[in-house]
Amino acid sequence: MAGKPKLHYFNGRGRMESIRWLLAAAGVEFEEKFLESAEDLDRLRNDGSLMFQQVPMVEIDGMKLVQTRAILNYIASKYNLYGKDVKERALIDMYIEGMTDLNEMILLLPLTPPDQKDAKVALIKERTTNRYFPAFEKVLKSHGQDYLVGNRLSRADIQLVELLYEVEEVDPSLIANFPLLKVTHGSLL
Amino acid sequence: MAAKPKLYYFPGRGRMESIRWLLAAAGVEFEEELFETREQYEKVQKDGRLLFGQVPLVEIDGMALTQTRAILSYLAAKYDFYGKDLKERVRIDMYTDGTLDLMFPIMASPFQPPKEKEEGLASAVKKAKTRYFPVYEKILKNHGEDFLVGNKFSWADIQLLEAILMVEEMNASVLSDFPLLKAFKARISSIPTIKKFLQPGSQRKQPPDSHYVELVKNILQI
Repeated sequence: MAGKPKLHYFNGRGRMESIRWLLAAAGVEFEEKFLESAEDLDRLRNDGSLMFQQVPMVEIDGMKLVQTRAILNYIASKYNLYGKDVKERALIDMYIEGMTDLNEMILLLPLTPPDQKDAKVALIKERTTNRYFPAFEKVLKSHGQDYLVGNRLSRADIQLVELLYEVEEVDPSLIANFPLLKVTHGSLL
Repeated sequence: MAAKPKLYYFPGRGRMESIRWLLAAAGVEFEEELFETREQYEKVQKDGRLLFGQVPLVEIDGMALTQTRAILSYLAAKYDFYGKDLKERVRIDMYTDGTLDLMFPIMASPFQPPKEKEEGLASAVKKAKTRYFPVYEKILKNHGEDFLVGNKFSWADIQLLEAILMVEEMNASVLSDFPLLKAFKARISSIPTIKKFLQPGSQRKQPPDSHYVELVKNILQI
């Protein structure tokens, strides 16, 4: 029987969080080994476990996978959350790349110097309201279906829910004018 | 008969260049609309084809695709540059994503103030030499094959060649400690479609100069 996937990262969201969401949505139990010190990271680097000396790293199916996107792509394919064909996959990829761009801005907030923080938060709000939420609202409106792609749950929907929760933490009022996104937010899979 | 893919971008490399490489490697002819003015760019924004208001945009197979990696993955799958199964695909994803991590700061550097630009480029050359190129040298050494994955030409090879050439433009001797990468560079460059793309007169774009930077800043109002 295959072992559970094992996630190597810090004890926090960062770039591993989307991976946790995807595994959880797929109903896959996983283990986590948290890096708690510089020595922990050095150990992983020195034993050759990290291809580019970086985490996230996920042990799965006999492989030590790195690079967040590669890991997410693999899990989505394996658990059938990546659309039914290459065209659906292109749409899913386009949507999640946009989500990742916004998520990245939020993810990096804790690392922003205090004197730049207000400006960064303002930018996140502006982009959410004028660029990203309108795009996803438009997609849902265009086909009237419950899911972003192919009338079926995919990683795009999972990542959207994750994003909506994160944006809510920045400012719960941002979703106010996006009725279809509100439905997604409330639906929690 | 299918229409040619059409690329919408500024008249330079930027985030579109990797897409041009992939199409060229596949021997696929493509058209380009290159923005010389803000009006041209705004027109494309206004007619709703840019999902997030941004380029690159590629019109292909009835779709208006944006987001660089979405486009690259679609092309890689379509032109059989994405491995034979999921395990090969994840390796290609790891390698290309790592290579793109190396390349993006270099792409961004012309738009930064002089000090940040210099530091960014020095950091990129260092990462190439210590983090990325050793990995690919080792991969080639371990399997002794001509290509990175599955003994077959793939997106991973194309992306790596583009990165090598990009870093060499900043530091000509960057491959001096990597004999297998040197041979790899020569070998991939001599693949007929790649060789053609590397010759003058192809749609490969020039490295960014100050004119290009001004044009882009003007159009994007940054």
